[in-house]
Amino acid sequence: MDAYSTERIDSFPTERLSGYPVRPGRALPFGATLVPGGVNFSVYSDASTAMSLVLYHRGESEPRAQLPIPAEYRIGSVWAITVFGLDCEDLEYGFRAYGPAEPGPYDRFDPRLMVNDPYARMMSGRDSWGKDAERGLPARYRSRLAFDDYDWDGDRPPLIPQSDLVVYEAHVRGFTRHPSSGVSGPGTFAGLVEKIPYLAELGVNCVELMPVFEFDELDNPRHDPHSGARRYDFWGYNPIGFFAPKAGYAASARYGTQADEFKNMVKQLHRAGIEVILDVVFNHTGEGGEQGPTLSFRGLDNSTYYMLTPDGGYYNFTGTGNTLNCNHPVVRGFIIDCLRYWAAEYHIDGFRFDLAAVLGRAPDGSVLANPPVLESLAKDPVLRDCKLIAEAWDAGGLYQVGGFNDYMRWSEWNGRYRDAVRRFLKGDFGAASEFAVRLTGSPDLYGPQAPTASVNFVTAHDGFTLADLVSYNGKHNAANGEDNRDGENQNNSWNCGAEGPTDDPAVISLRRRQVRNALLLLLCSWGIPMLLGGDEAGRTQHGNNNAYCHDDPLTWLDWDLAAEHAWLRRFVRYAIAFRRAHPALRRPQHRPAGQAAGWFPAVSWHGTRAWAADWGAHNRLLATMFYLSEPGGHDCVYLAANAYWEPLTVELPVLPGGVIWHRFADTAAPAPDDVAEPGNEPPVNDQARIRVGERSVVALVAHHSPFEKAEK
Amino acid sequence: MEISTSTIGSVVVATLNGDLDSRSAPAAQDDLSALLTDQGRLVVDLTAVPYMSSAGLRTMLLLYRQAQRCECRVALVGLSADLRTVMDSTGFLDFFVVDDSVEACARVLEEPAEEEDDGRVFH
Repeated sequence: MDAYSTERIDSFPTERLSGYPVRPGRALPFGATLVPGGVNFSVYSDASTAMSLVLYHRGESEPRAQLPIPAEYRIGSVWAITVFGLDCEDLEYGFRAYGPAEPGPYDRFDPRLMVNDPYARMMSGRDSWGKDAERGLPARYRSRLAFDDYDWDGDRPPLIPQSDLVVYEAHVRGFTRHPSSGVSGPGTFAGLVEKIPYLAELGVNCVELMPVFEFDELDNPRHDPHSGARRYDFWGYNPIGFFAPKAGYAASARYGTQADEFKNMVKQLHRAGIEVILDVVFNHTGEGGEQGPTLSFRGLDNSTYYMLTPDGGYYNFTGTGNTLNCNHPVVRGFIIDCLRYWAAEYHIDGFRFDLAAVLGRAPDGSVLANPPVLESLAKDPVLRDCKLIAEAWDAGGLYQVGGFNDYMRWSEWNGRYRDAVRRFLKGDFGAASEFAVRLTGSPDLYGPQAPTASVNFVTAHDGFTLADLVSYNGKHNAANGEDNRDGENQNNSWNCGAEGPTDDPAVISLRRRQVRNALLLLLCSWGIPMLLGGDEAGRTQHGNNNAYCHDDPLTWLDWDLAAEHAWLRRFVRYAIAFRRAHPALRRPQHRPAGQAAGWFPAVSWHGTRAWAADWGAHNRLLATMFYLSEPGGHDCVYLAANAYWEPLTVELPVLPGGVIWHRFADTAAPAPDDVAEPGNEPPVNDQARIRVGERSVVALVAHHSPFEKAEK
Repeated sequence: MEISTSTIGSVVVATLNGDLDSRSAPAAQDDLSALLTDQGRLVVDLTAVPYMSSAGLRTMLLLYRQAQRCECRVALVGLSADLRTVMDSTGFLDFFVVDDSVEACARVLEEPAEEEDDGRVFH
């Protein structure tokens, strides 16, 4: 190589500043970027009058240097400087932003404070989970560089079609923090890797991780009113570093390798055929409301990043004190840059947007007809293969399930599915007909799109676990430190006859049936099923339906409990395998173009008499037949869900000659007869009618009769 | 950081002495790279490295990639328990032959290479 190709003119400084060789930087990309010989720092701040770059050496409380960025280095509203000769490994940095002498009503500049780079790719300050000591330092968070040189070793995203997804919602720490997990790094990305065989055995092909962006788990002033134990922000819906993986979730954070550990987790999950979706919080930041700390955005450009009231206060559509101003072009760019980074650099397969209705609001909080940020994400070139899932409501009263601006691209957490399946299961008057619509992909909400626009779930991190949904009528949140005021009151839960733990065998038996009913219906519904991690293991939060603040066995998955619930895990494993075996349950479209002629319609409704559904409000039986004619043959599944408190005899649809009904599942039967291995289902004795027990679900599948097979 | 070299049969042994951090890593990188030969065998002995930072880790990873390019095999000896945990949790350990002694590593390296014994495809 000759000198011309290796030596660049811009790899030489033009002047010295506070002892460091520097030159005017590049305005884009934002953030700290490694360039030949140095680091390019670029930060947006429109109303600032001056900006200093603050440099720290890792582990030292005082800065090594402060570099006032020369005014001529500013391009538009962007301050950019390239600094040479830095020790990138031990470098921590931030900015000091100076506002006008007479601050405007929206300004929150405070040059006494160091503020963080919104684009910081790593952050230090919370390197060990829950350690108070780190918090006392001046400038308790600092921005760091990431090398972004991970060796992916040929990793390819699984690219699982949406119609084939089975999502498992999990919390990185909660998943393996319990001592019973037996992993070498409990509560970490590495710990999760050790449990991949468990996920693979269950058969889920996607994990949805609750927030993994850097946040402060100690940002909760509350205590248990009885024990005095501290309450945390365990869930982490409180981001500070949107580009930075949560260091406290890494076993190797003391080496600054949390990004590598995270990427290894993604790589290993991909090798097991499991996708990774991140639960991302772009509706607010961890800076809170009026009294909250100035950590980054607020000190750089308050009125760009936040939705502000005319007098300069914070709109609070999120219940957390502030609202990110998602449709400001700069913030829109920030969101898109961030997601592109996670998709490209971390190989993330999709995103679930917390309180996504906020992304549809204008800077003044009004609801936009065509929110630019949603359209940009829907059409983004880097994100093309990423799943986009909206939690289509916010805390400001905007509920958009079925009405979210999806650009035929977004899916939604279908809150109405959750409510309908719960009401149906407890036998509510009039609940069966709504659940029929939910079971078939909610065509009333997603008719023009596809069943996969609907992410179906019975339980999620918000609310009761499945075990608690059938064990508690009311929430039991006193230990959260808010006098049981917090948490949802409309749970549609039913305790099956006793509140909480009981010895009554009838109640226990009914609860076990209800749990299996819920899981079987979920896994037979059109759309994308999502399981709350731990439900397959009987996880309980003892009636707490808002456990965001507990970092203790209440929220940790107990692996001994999982072992005790082998019967339930087996049921879930087979139900997932059953779904995988039957394309009739995984319709990619509501109305397939030119449905091939075959035995039956794609979906048909039945009652105690075949082909005669009862849609009266008193009816509590839902009998459905799913059918798909494919070039390879016929796929036919029959489901009878009896939410009535008496058993029913149900007439079966007549099958063509040589084909008979086989029983996959009957939740009225005790384990192990409640479910059969898909493909090895026993034939049903009486092909004309079956008994469906009280509050039970039966699933049948049409196969050639064993007699016929033998003849061939 | 001092690096001394010796040989066991066809295997080159590089013995590192001192901390491997962002200050010493660039020079160590150059010295170790120079020991890679086509289809060669290299044992890196880290027993006398009291502290290795993430820059040191990156040195090892870069060495691995360089070694792959010339089909040289690399083994590590003397990883502290702490470092081993970090390399395990980041998946880096999978890239290397790791053993307890220089002699054991040299023996493993001199065995015929089983390129795809872990099921991974090398590029």
